[in-house]
Amino acid sequence: MAEKIYVLIDHANNRPRNSSLEALAMGQKMASETGMEIHGLILGADLGSVTEQLSRYELASIIVVENPSLREYNPDMYVHALAEILASDRPNLFLLAHTYQAIDLAPRLAARLRTALITDCIGYKTGDGSISFVRQMFRSKLNADVTVKSNHPWLVSLQAGAASADTLRPGNAPTVARPIDLSAVASRRQTIETIEATKGKVDLTRAEIIVGVGRGIKKQDNLPILQELADALGAEIGASRPVVDNEWLGRERQIGSSGQTVTPKLYVACGISGAIQHIVGMKNSGCIVAINSDPNAPIFNVANYGIVGDVLEVVPALTKKIKQERAT
Amino acid sequence: MKIFVCLKEVPSRDTRYEVSPQGDWIKEADLSFEINECDEYALEEALKLQEKFGGEVILLTVGSERAEKSMRKGLAMGADRGILIEDPNRQLISPLAIASVMAETLKKEQYDLILAGTQSDDYGYAQTGVMLAELLGLPHATIVMEVAADPQGAKVTALREMESGWFQRVQMPMPAVLTIQAGISHIRFTSLKGIMAAKRKEIRKVRLEETGVDVSALPALEVSRLYLPDTGKKAEMLQGDPETVVAQLVDKLRKEARVI
Repeated sequence: MAEKIYVLIDHANNRPRNSSLEALAMGQKMASETGMEIHGLILGADLGSVTEQLSRYELASIIVVENPSLREYNPDMYVHALAEILASDRPNLFLLAHTYQAIDLAPRLAARLRTALITDCIGYKTGDGSISFVRQMFRSKLNADVTVKSNHPWLVSLQAGAASADTLRPGNAPTVARPIDLSAVASRRQTIETIEATKGKVDLTRAEIIVGVGRGIKKQDNLPILQELADALGAEIGASRPVVDNEWLGRERQIGSSGQTVTPKLYVACGISGAIQHIVGMKNSGCIVAINSDPNAPIFNVANYGIVGDVLEVVPALTKKIKQERAT
Repeated sequence: MKIFVCLKEVPSRDTRYEVSPQGDWIKEADLSFEINECDEYALEEALKLQEKFGGEVILLTVGSERAEKSMRKGLAMGADRGILIEDPNRQLISPLAIASVMAETLKKEQYDLILAGTQSDDYGYAQTGVMLAELLGLPHATIVMEVAADPQGAKVTALREMESGWFQRVQMPMPAVLTIQAGISHIRFTSLKGIMAAKRKEIRKVRLEETGVDVSALPALEVSRLYLPDTGKKAEMLQGDPETVVAQLVDKLRKEARVI
């Protein structure tokens, strides 16, 4: 029997999520390098439209698990269904996007199967017949190659942007319906409501220039220094998560995975070290300037221009220079 | 209510890391350590629940002797006692191994809630709490921003963070495991009285062998190499005093990037 890669496809509003398509692209690459078969795996109810969209990619099959109990994500139902399929099919690898849902689902699934889970990977390396997974550690400051000693399947979750959905190879994938009986499974966790938190919010997605404020400004009293730069540039103020958690700025200004995703033409990151949760929200900005006191801060890996220095010294100098330029 | 809080010790937040000569771990010798950020918020939530409903807050840590210092800090914040599962030789690296020794230890205890941090600041796997729930057969919720317990009804309600500014409120029966997100409240200060009281509080040590877990039989994740990321997309670094660098920057933003 051929060795297999399964890729879990998450979906919303009858479309596969982009993060899942990225995982699928990574799976296709691994499959072509290793000779393994790649299969898409999709759970839910009324999946006709999503399945049809997935069938246009080069896959050995799309395994469609339709059941009314799977309509909305629920850990008890999803873990039960996936554990049953993975335990019987025994693929070598099970890939999924490292989303908030994956954080809720994948560790429980791995523990049920007593197998390895490597979370939040940004890539992989092969050599000597072995594979290692690349992931960030220590608040994204270091990278690690992680090797696995475990029976299959290995569960691997992939960070957003680990592969590009644009590289997906088109094809014509057959669909395989996979019935599952969940009548004996009790769902212990009930969803009471789903809420959008940032009412009356500031729409940073339309801003042309954003001054991003991080913990490096040290205290709330220093905010006017950043506001002056924003005023000089005609920019909006955005914030990293710690700044919002400290209540120096409102949550409506948070940029990153739990806040807004922005693509201004200029992003000036002031005292932001560049945790991945922030990076995913601003990395596609046209031009990124980073000012930070730590020369190894990961923000410099996504910036176009970097300045190592104290934000509280560099920013006032920058504001002054821009005002001079604007006056001439 | 009886609440266990899983507490991990990690290098301090502002550490500038150096890789060890073997290239597979950090140089730990000169680092300072502290309670993992999310775990400290988990403890804060537990203490708030205790203020409301009474009961006991117990710390559960896997680590070396060094971790006792972080546990004392947790006891000074108000936890009643602690259990340290000793791992002097850093054998317990994989989340499933850590969750397994915790689960075996907890099977001998009673509890209404287990709170853990969503993610650690060292490995950052974001797995242990959820695995613990599975190994103990308990319901769970992750990335929790708010906790509301109902001890009479034996139910707990949690507000979960989701992508892009959305939240989800979920309810489950107790006992349950919740993994707590950082930054959801204000961490209390430790008072001198608290620090003094902490010295007399019990930290019970459990040897790894006592848990009965055969770690070698469990799936293992091993770090084969640790290194500074080279993204190949490094920023052009501007050098000089503040006046010089900002002059260079403004020039480049106007003429190269053409964004101002």
